[in-house]
Amino acid sequence: MKNHQLKKEDPHLLLQSAPLLRQELTTPAAMKDVWIALLPATAASLWFFGLSALLIILTSIAGAILTEWVFTDKEKRRFAISDTSAGLTGLLIALTLPPGLPLWMAFLGGCVSIGLGKVVWGGLGSNIFNPALLGRAFLLGTFPIAMTTWGAAGGPGEFFQIHSSNLALPFMQSQVDAMSAATPLGLMKFEQQGTALWPLFTGNTAGSIGETSALFLLLGGIYLLLRRGIDWRIPAAIFLTAALFSFIMFLTDGDKYPSPLFTLFSGGLLLGAFFMATDPVTSPLTPRGCWIFGIGIGFLVVLIRLFGGLPEGMLYAILLMNAATPLIDRYTQPKIFGRQG
Amino acid sequence: MATDVSAYEEMIKGLWRDNPVFVQVLGMCPMLAVTNSAINAVVMGLATFFVLVTSSFLVSSFKQWIPKQVRISLYVIIIATFVTVVDYSILAMLPAIHKELGAFIPLIVANCMILGRQEAFASKHNVKYAVMDAVGMSGGFMIALLALGSVREILGVGALFGVDLFGANFEPWVIMILPPGGFLTLGLLLLFFNWFTERRRQFLIKVADADRMLAVEKVSTEGVKDNG
Amino acid sequence: MNTTNTTVQTQEPSSRRLVMSMAIAGFISGMIIIAIYMLTFDTIKENKARELRLAVFKVLPHVSHMQKLHFKDNKLVVVKADGMDDEMIFAGYDKDKKFIGYAIQGKAPGFQDTVHVLYGYLSSNSNITGMEILDSRETPGLGDKIFKDMDFVGEFINLPMHKDIKAVKKGTKTHENEIDAITGATISSKVVVKIINQAFKKWSPRLAEQGNEPALELYEAKVNKESQ
Repeated sequence: MKNHQLKKEDPHLLLQSAPLLRQELTTPAAMKDVWIALLPATAASLWFFGLSALLIILTSIAGAILTEWVFTDKEKRRFAISDTSAGLTGLLIALTLPPGLPLWMAFLGGCVSIGLGKVVWGGLGSNIFNPALLGRAFLLGTFPIAMTTWGAAGGPGEFFQIHSSNLALPFMQSQVDAMSAATPLGLMKFEQQGTALWPLFTGNTAGSIGETSALFLLLGGIYLLLRRGIDWRIPAAIFLTAALFSFIMFLTDGDKYPSPLFTLFSGGLLLGAFFMATDPVTSPLTPRGCWIFGIGIGFLVVLIRLFGGLPEGMLYAILLMNAATPLIDRYTQPKIFGRQG
Repeated sequence: MATDVSAYEEMIKGLWRDNPVFVQVLGMCPMLAVTNSAINAVVMGLATFFVLVTSSFLVSSFKQWIPKQVRISLYVIIIATFVTVVDYSILAMLPAIHKELGAFIPLIVANCMILGRQEAFASKHNVKYAVMDAVGMSGGFMIALLALGSVREILGVGALFGVDLFGANFEPWVIMILPPGGFLTLGLLLLFFNWFTERRRQFLIKVADADRMLAVEKVSTEGVKDNG
Repeated sequence: MNTTNTTVQTQEPSSRRLVMSMAIAGFISGMIIIAIYMLTFDTIKENKARELRLAVFKVLPHVSHMQKLHFKDNKLVVVKADGMDDEMIFAGYDKDKKFIGYAIQGKAPGFQDTVHVLYGYLSSNSNITGMEILDSRETPGLGDKIFKDMDFVGEFINLPMHKDIKAVKKGTKTHENEIDAITGATISSKVVVKIINQAFKKWSPRLAEQGNEPALELYEAKVNKESQ
């Protein structure tokens, strides 16, 4: 993995002399921070979506780890699994899945995330696209109906009620018609119907299991920022741009376009901004690059949500900017002192 | 060049060792575009087979009379003629399939595998070898088309050659019959092909090494040849 | 250097020879193409006509004869044309050559390419008797359900057309002029509905008054083996 801490430093002062390892930031340690940061949102997902959420999280983590195990060289296996990055990818993709998704699809999502998102590129640190999002994009393209059938949030009283569609046999559809509820973004897009901000903030809405609760995602995000696990510029740029763009649109037609707060708290924007866009492997290295990257995501996500065919645009916004990352890095490289650019 | 290999070997090489898709990575347009079902793949393979064999036959037969300066245009004329023949024949005989393959049959003209075989092989060899090479190459192309088409139809529709495999409750992998599925499947097949050839190569090296150890005991200089 | 240049010069064939070989190849290829065109022309034409005829008989039940009507100079005239354009519809008649209803076509851009729809219409009770997609390139697995999903197609059988029909989310159908859209293919479903509404608006003032329909003149009969 690229040493992420380096980019916090002043780019004009590239002093990298003898003791290069200034703090004990190893890959497993960085991963541990992300795991801790994801705890509140994961707990919230269990609270709102019950055992279904737990099962989905476990199967997709299992799929991810199994794939990593199968495709890693024998000698490197123990190391590759113990840095927990595969499990983390599994958790991240699980958080973007709808609660009623058949478990075999969640498993497949974990496999594809690691297989196509990471292993084929050459393993940890070599991939261009965020593995979890790549897995989600694959699932969305493959099972468009299952991936957009959302169960309503239940709450703790229905903890043990598993969505019957979860238990569909591998390669089969669920026999029972899934109970479907529209997500706040879907309501906005297709019915021009807003959702109150308080449920959006706490997370008591329909949606992917880990994306609904703005509050708990913010908690995790703030923890990561304090631990310096992620670059603050990327989420900041995303929030500012998305809020500004949607505010401008809101001013032009308040009935048709949602308010900036709705934009920030709905869908996967918070989850994506804190945990996926900031993936050190697939985001730019330089501070200026981070700003450009974040602004790009913020702009694209609102553009897709308001004018695209899909209600949610975070997935493709981040993947598109992932693709642009090498280019951004190239053009924002600090010039070497004394050399003509 | 063709003196030391038999015509049979010219045919076999196209099927696997020099497979136009998995090794040469040629003819990607029809490969990706029409392989969303096995039957489409077979028809496309047959059309390509007909065009390649007849063009190779003609080019090889008339190679003395084809002026070097206009050879590419002449190849294209020959290929285009046979493509038109195929196009009309399929339209007349298999209208339903023509509806699906539609735009891609005329595009066989632009299949660089066909033009490539004329330029690289048929124009330099006699008719027998040229036809055998064409048969092998289009056979290899068909194998690749069929592999891709079968995988995509099984996962994307849950059927093979239109025969339902999993029953009514199968959840189709929509992406597989869409363009991205073509790229994904082709990539994975290439991955598998390369992995397999690499393993085979490693295995052969091992065998060769073992042989050499034995040979070294007898004649120390002869052993290197076995490595091939 | 100079010598090689001159030797190349001497080997260079005259431009007349180049032109001649191209011309001969072009001529032969032209002959072959004309031959195959003439050979297949009738079959292809018959295929297309049969496809259309089958579609008409499908959307208009109990019809055994049909003829083509062309709207020209503000009235419908019976024509016998091979092609079909936007100003043509079909009239269907029963065994006793009594008028039954019209088959009307319409098209509009769908999710990917133009969707071409044919629907049967009874002017006696303003009912749509059936709908058939003549041509579409909607997404396989999703959009193509507009002709593969029999529940959706079935909704257009005996659909009263007193006012514009409307596609609504599946399961929320409350009025008789509403159609349950296909889950995952809302856009394609809406396109079909839109085409029918548009064609209805365009054609209803043009249709002949009841009892005044054109008599059967240049008709095509339903062939029994086609009726399956």
